[in-house]
Amino acid sequence: MEAAGAIADVFRAERSRVLATMIRACHGDFDLAEEAVQDAFEAALARWPTEGIPGEPRGWLIQVGRHKAIDQIRRRVKLREIIAAEPEPIIEVEPTSALGDDRLRLIFTCCHPALAREAQVALTLRTLGGLTTEEIARAFLISHVTMAQRLVRAKTKIRDARIPYEVPEASELAARTDAVMAVVYLIFNEGYAATAGDAWVRKDLCREAIRLARIVVELTDAGEAFGLLALMLLHDSRRDTRTDEHGDLILLEDQDRARWDRAGIDEALALVPRALRDGAGPYAVQAAIAALHAGAPRASDTDWPQIASLYDELVRRAPSPIVVLNRAVAIAMVLGPAAGLAAIEPVRVELADYHLLHAARADLLRRLGRDREAVAAYREALARVGSVPERRFLERRLAELA
Amino acid sequence: MQYLMLIYMNEKQFDAKPPAELQAMFHEYNALSADLGKSGALVGGNRLQATTTATTVRVRDGKSQITDGPFAETREQLGGYYLVEAKDLDEATRIAARIPSARHGSIEIRPVHAM
Repeated sequence: MEAAGAIADVFRAERSRVLATMIRACHGDFDLAEEAVQDAFEAALARWPTEGIPGEPRGWLIQVGRHKAIDQIRRRVKLREIIAAEPEPIIEVEPTSALGDDRLRLIFTCCHPALAREAQVALTLRTLGGLTTEEIARAFLISHVTMAQRLVRAKTKIRDARIPYEVPEASELAARTDAVMAVVYLIFNEGYAATAGDAWVRKDLCREAIRLARIVVELTDAGEAFGLLALMLLHDSRRDTRTDEHGDLILLEDQDRARWDRAGIDEALALVPRALRDGAGPYAVQAAIAALHAGAPRASDTDWPQIASLYDELVRRAPSPIVVLNRAVAIAMVLGPAAGLAAIEPVRVELADYHLLHAARADLLRRLGRDREAVAAYREALARVGSVPERRFLERRLAELA
Repeated sequence: MQYLMLIYMNEKQFDAKPPAELQAMFHEYNALSADLGKSGALVGGNRLQATTTATTVRVRDGKSQITDGPFAETREQLGGYYLVEAKDLDEATRIAARIPSARHGSIEIRPVHAM
């Protein structure tokens, strides 16, 4: 039915905005707001097929949702047998708020540092991402009950500890925006790393993260938000070429570049200059690196010297052992495997439990003809690898040496 | 909304501080209390005596069991508290960050249950 499809489109497009406004109207009571939005959607499903979709569907849904919330409060008041006839006052809501998008308040509340990171992720996906509790549970490989409890606990804390539903003060804004971006990137990586879990939901997580990053870009106009969006688009553009038909891993250098998603790459490349304009933060620099890979027609065309110098920049700005490891790989491409091996040394102890450290060392040792050491390093990597495709890849390499 | 700020700190480290440093810290506490009082945020607050003076009471099967001190050996001990009025958790967090012991120990913020 065409009308049902059109209504579903409206719900998908408007759900997070309507919910964000309803949460404000309900003074931060997430449960009441969610119920009211659900009721409003049900009312729309009953009425729109005959009455037609209203000109301002969002305004319609918010108005109806508001009435449903008031009904709900009246019912609660009756339940508690409180005699006072007046319900708790609900603030007036304008569908197009002059105070800016309510989704911005919502995302800052969901990613509030007083909530555990896993709760931030779940709440963000549930409220702004529009995934069901069931879908989020499947994506993170935990039971529906555990995920539902996690969400309830988070919403209860927001209400009872009074975590504010507002855009943070200027002095805290940068740090809080960083926290939001960390949550979005975590959601993306959970989908991209594909360590386990339902493949379909995994792809959904990447799509949701990109959608959320678009919201952050639109709402904050921060350079790093552009960088994050570009970075994720560039990674995601390779999604169909990272494994073969057996699910085996294909390295970047061996991927069929003709099958990279051109539209995603073009969109990302247009964002990178904007991302770099605000002082080139870590996401922006990583996006610039990914852009150099995406811009090389063949693997042999890759501008490794430029990539290595961007990693230098990243080590300066956002030092982490993983960044040092990635920089070492780039250095190996510019100066040869011996130089790469030397560049890994400083993080060898720190990353001793990280399978990719051993995999990188193994590859460089192999290229240097130090086969016995390479075999040992592949074995170290195999002892720590989690995902099946990566395991099979390492086993293949090991077999080639033996 | 009221928030109770439980001030945890390492008693041994605290006792080992030189007098001048303790003096400076008390001065800082007094200034903060005065400031919170002026802004209307302060509902109450006190420094507690050391855990060596603590007594624990449990009633089991109608019988009182009284024991010396708190049971668990923890790294940080409750050393004092503030009870403050704040509009939301962010305001409470900002107040907690001003408590001198936050720099060495930690402040647990607990919203008070509205009766």
